[in-house]
Amino acid sequence: MSFFPRISIKVPVSVPLALFMAVMLSGAIDAQNKPKKETIDFNENCLKCHGQSKYKYLNPESGSEVTKRMYAETIINRTEFYDSNHKTFKCTDCHSEEYGTFPHAGNLRMESKYACIDCHGGDETYAKFQFEKIESEFHESVHSTKHSEDFNCWMCHNPHSYKISVRSEDKIKDIVAYDNAICLNCHADITNYQMLTDKVNPNIVKKHEWLPNQALHFKNVRCIECHARTNDSILVAHNIQPKAKAVRRCVECHSTNSILMASLYKYKVQEGRSKAGFYNGVIMNEGYVIGANRNYYLGILSLIMFGCVAAGILIHASLRILKRKK
Amino acid sequence: MSGKIYLYPVWLRLWHGLNAILIILLIISGVSMQYTNPANPFIRFDIAVSMHNLSGVILTINYCWFLFGTITTPNGKYYKLTFKGLLGRLIKQFTYYTFGIFKHEKPPFPVTKESKFNPLQQFTYVAAMFVLVPIVIITGWALLYPEFVLTKIMGGSGLKINDFFHVILGFFVSFFMLIHIYFCTIGATFVSNFKSMINGFHESH
Repeated sequence: MSFFPRISIKVPVSVPLALFMAVMLSGAIDAQNKPKKETIDFNENCLKCHGQSKYKYLNPESGSEVTKRMYAETIINRTEFYDSNHKTFKCTDCHSEEYGTFPHAGNLRMESKYACIDCHGGDETYAKFQFEKIESEFHESVHSTKHSEDFNCWMCHNPHSYKISVRSEDKIKDIVAYDNAICLNCHADITNYQMLTDKVNPNIVKKHEWLPNQALHFKNVRCIECHARTNDSILVAHNIQPKAKAVRRCVECHSTNSILMASLYKYKVQEGRSKAGFYNGVIMNEGYVIGANRNYYLGILSLIMFGCVAAGILIHASLRILKRKK
Repeated sequence: MSGKIYLYPVWLRLWHGLNAILIILLIISGVSMQYTNPANPFIRFDIAVSMHNLSGVILTINYCWFLFGTITTPNGKYYKLTFKGLLGRLIKQFTYYTFGIFKHEKPPFPVTKESKFNPLQQFTYVAAMFVLVPIVIITGWALLYPEFVLTKIMGGSGLKINDFFHVILGFFVSFFMLIHIYFCTIGATFVSNFKSMINGFHESH
């Protein structure tokens, strides 16, 4: 599925906001459930064309059937959609019901689109996700300040496929791969990158040549750990920093005050503790970072043992000096 | 009785000298990484990592050199433990180090061409060179290539358990190093054992 679903996302302006919010809310509460059969059947009206690479229609003028290629941007992958967070939604929950007629009216594509906060903001149901804080972080980020309105939530979080990852049962490595794919969708794809700029996309591997064990870091660390300002109270930092402010000092991660412990790793350790108990949570957590995963008791024990060895040597040497032959 | 015995051939002295330098570098860089502190780094982290990795790789090659030399020369005989009566011999040597030495008693197991090490030395050297160091080397390489480490070992993170062993045994290598250097001062003179590892001749008491 395309990264830029910019054409197809629309606001049904005729629907009163209160009604719309009620629909969105009920959909989100059911987000963990499977989509209803009537929803799937209803969505097929759209997906019979938008769910494949070509579509057919009857030309009333000529009376013949015409086959056309579907624009890549408007193709929706059914599997991804029904596995996503918005899987219980009908297409018309977000898109105008006027799309029910074909050919679609040209003015439909001119309507503005929702941001995450329009549905997810100001509601206790979503309080733990802190959408308001994420929104304000995003507006401080380079994505927002450099591109203003051109850059919106959908650039990274495709509403037709986005799945929550950090708060899932997934392993850290899978979360890292999923989250980094979001960044790489633009930063490693010149076509997507140049939707916002005329500049040539920098080569990620070359730019990170300075990073020791580059492949290992890329597999185990999310891009945002170094490229976003860490906020202890938000699980996924959204304040992407200019490249000059990216983390380059190893010890920012490789130390007991590791910035990694303010984000995904902290969350996973806390989750592990609450599910498996303190001991198992500490021993069984997946994150391993030299210098950061320091064992407190091992540190103390090693110091005591070093002290004992040093004291033993000192006492023995002193006695040898005292008892030496005159 | 005092005399000089040629005990340390050139290959052994070269191995020993290089081994000593590498172990010291590994201890310093290892401690610096383990207790790294952004405000006050002992050795800058990236430098400590490179130092540790490079020293570890050279140490592995050097260890192979030691194994080869020990197998192909008479040096191997000094590492053959005789378990019968071992405990008694260990206690006898330990008693000498803790009491007899202060009473200026003769060492219970004097150095000869046939027996280079006293029982306590022999036991600790065998443990260090054939158990401790190999495990540290293997767990060290596993940290260089973590993709080959089992993800889970008995429910815990394989990498973390691997590192736990590497760090703990690294501490024991450090203790061994401190005690080894100190015990080298117990010789015919304070520096005679250090001289031995340069000229190859052991000087008896």
